[in-house]
Amino acid sequence: MELDKSIHPFKMTFPQSDLDELQRRILATNWPDRETVTDASQGVQLATVQALARYWATYYDWRKIETKLNALLQFTTEIDGLNIHFIHVRSKHKKALPLIVTHGWPGSIIEQMKIIDPLVNPTAYGGKAEDAFDVVIPSLPGYGFSGRPTTAGWGPDRIAGAWITLMKRLGYKQFVAQGGDWGAIITELMGVQAPPELLGIHTNMPGVFPDEIDKAAFSGALAPSGLSPDEKEAYERLQFVYQKGIAYGFQMGLRPQTLYGIADSPVGLAAYFLDHDARSYELITGVFNGASEGLTRDDILDNITITWLTNTALSGARLYWENWGKFGYFNVKGVTIPVAVSVYPDELYPAPRSFAERAFPQLIYYNKLDKGGHFAAWEQPESLVNEIRTGFRSLR
Amino acid sequence: MKKSKGMQLGIIMMIGCMCHGGFSSAQSGPDADGISKAKPPSTDIRPFQFHASQADLDELHRRILATKWPEKETVTDATQGVQLATVKALAKYWVTAYDWRNTERKLNSYPQFVTTIEGLDIHFIHVRSKNKNALPIIITHGWPGSIIEQMKIIDPLVNPTAYGGREEDAFDVVIPSMPGYGFSGKPTATGWDPQHIARAWIELMRRLGYTKYVAQGGDWGAIVTEQMALLAPPELLGIHTNMPGIFPNDIDKAAFSGAPAPAGLSDDEKLAYQRLQFVYSKGIAYGFQMGLRPQTLYGIMDSPVGLAAYYLDHDARSYAMITRVFNGGAEGLTRDDVLDNITITWLTNTALSGARLYWENWGKFGYFNVKGITIPVAVSVFPDELYPAPRSWAEQAYPKLIYFHKVDKGGHFAAWEQPKLFTDELRAAFSSLRGSLATR
Repeated sequence: MELDKSIHPFKMTFPQSDLDELQRRILATNWPDRETVTDASQGVQLATVQALARYWATYYDWRKIETKLNALLQFTTEIDGLNIHFIHVRSKHKKALPLIVTHGWPGSIIEQMKIIDPLVNPTAYGGKAEDAFDVVIPSLPGYGFSGRPTTAGWGPDRIAGAWITLMKRLGYKQFVAQGGDWGAIITELMGVQAPPELLGIHTNMPGVFPDEIDKAAFSGALAPSGLSPDEKEAYERLQFVYQKGIAYGFQMGLRPQTLYGIADSPVGLAAYFLDHDARSYELITGVFNGASEGLTRDDILDNITITWLTNTALSGARLYWENWGKFGYFNVKGVTIPVAVSVYPDELYPAPRSFAERAFPQLIYYNKLDKGGHFAAWEQPESLVNEIRTGFRSLR
Repeated sequence: MKKSKGMQLGIIMMIGCMCHGGFSSAQSGPDADGISKAKPPSTDIRPFQFHASQADLDELHRRILATKWPEKETVTDATQGVQLATVKALAKYWVTAYDWRNTERKLNSYPQFVTTIEGLDIHFIHVRSKNKNALPIIITHGWPGSIIEQMKIIDPLVNPTAYGGREEDAFDVVIPSMPGYGFSGKPTATGWDPQHIARAWIELMRRLGYTKYVAQGGDWGAIVTEQMALLAPPELLGIHTNMPGIFPNDIDKAAFSGAPAPAGLSDDEKLAYQRLQFVYSKGIAYGFQMGLRPQTLYGIMDSPVGLAAYYLDHDARSYAMITRVFNGGAEGLTRDDVLDNITITWLTNTALSGARLYWENWGKFGYFNVKGITIPVAVSVFPDELYPAPRSWAEQAYPKLIYFHKVDKGGHFAAWEQPKLFTDELRAAFSSLRGSLATR
């Protein structure tokens, strides 16, 4: 059978009826009573999600991001039986380094939109021509405009293989890869697969925990003895994630198909997407309470709305199921090719240099930033662009 | 346009207007208007009936028809969760054939009441037997659940001779709605954990004038019932459970951690261990979601199908049975049964208030482990319960195990699925505690 390797230009303009229906549903939301605590310890607070819903139904305009998206060069191509959507912007600089950037959950290619121009066209942003990149940003299988798998098997390792295929199909003989969240896991697995074309990777959520330490944190054990203060802090932050922050991980890891509520209810989807981790939640709540932070209200709603319009809440959730019991999220994966690491203070855990050096035998770059969290590309685009430029400079 | 969703009560009591649509938050029950706070605590027992408004039923119907469906699971079984075909069959029945009014009439044919205990309105069914020596029993439901689950056993328990039973096996039956469930109030502050609920139930039975009674429960009902047994008020003669907490702590922990069965277990114990381990490794998604982040589940409040699917996913065997029923099978539960439970939750907006019980209990009492009960305990083991409790562990867990019986069929929702067998169990279990001279 002849495999179809053609690359098709892509644009998507959603019908107005979809947007009207979304608005109708938000306005018709059947609300619960509020939480019985005065903080976020029971989940997404009623006041926060009502503020979001109010903005969503009255001010938010999907067409803005849709227009921006359609101004970018988007494509689809079939890889391993699945339609893969991606943004592909080539730099005018001839020695641009090709880069594939992968999003996570709750996420989409929307998260990386702010870093495209600065990476592709550095001189327009106070950077140097020799730091230019060609940028490829795929939608994960089951997310956004990529196809939704109809059979099981699309775990992060298969996605990593598909991304390598993609870059080769685009004609690249050399490239680098970057990611956070699932994007980090997939990027690291690309590093483990180590095709000759892959010069190195960058991650803002590095898998640095030795297995036994990762297991200990999951089990709730006290920090093992002998950890440095940095290592202890990372351990305690990881433990917090495992104790308090993994509800969605269990729900989607074991029973993603049960979540009909987030496919049928926009507010249901929005709340679920707000609840990735405590620090991101605080940031988002602050933004809906009028604070001015890395993310805007439009940013947050862009990500939720693309998921709603493409009906990819459950197909996206299945990635957790695919990976359940397979690859760890945060542990050492065995990457031996060059790795660059950026540590944002509000990421799930602050990866210590000592762990990074052990995890990545070719640690070519390690930097701790002053601010920023889990959704680094989205919240702190300037900073992440700088990290990517600096991190990969030695590989050019 | 803002839609108002009113709950109209036929006879006495206005629970309060639940306003939905727009951005006003729902009120949480009779105390929400603030006026009742000015009154001294009342111990009144007020009659209650529930009549859903036609507008609410029409709106439910509209929402089900407007469901935005995801694609089907990428597996051919239930390993990813509630299958699309199952929930679509449920939705189709729900809008075309299901009639809430049948259940509403049945419910309203029983005497129902509300009384305020520690600031929260507690709804309950209370049926006294015509037999003056009837043994009072308080029966507690669980999650996903409501007093609907116990409706089929009321008459046989209260009026045994009309159901092939003996007069001396009569019960007075009290069936409360758990805090945050069904027609009970929704707590507005934290603290309504299983022990608190147990204390409230003890107060309830006292308020009803009972000086001797027994208690029964499954699921959360079993946990609350066991807490009552730990509190051991003198009036409580004994308890019955169909989900007994019998795992020794170290074994419970081992099962949770995924360790292989410890050495030295009997065959029965090993089977129970493996079934528990299956629950801990595959069956606790909802436990984590509701135990840690119940308030994030706006989707099950806003989407009837979202709620229904979540409620179908309690455990693998119950799910399999429910799927068979919606595929035309005839089992313990009917399609109407399944939808009754979901619909009462939808109409009372109690999906999240009910979920918060998991949060209240997180890190407190275990679900399945030994609790230290010393009063008389009766145990019925239904084969499709989460785990088949072995007699050996029941004897260790309950120094006064007065009854232990393995039933031939039935699962987690025993009272609901197997009302006849369940009634037989309760009659047999408690017969030794009857008589005015029954002591502990």
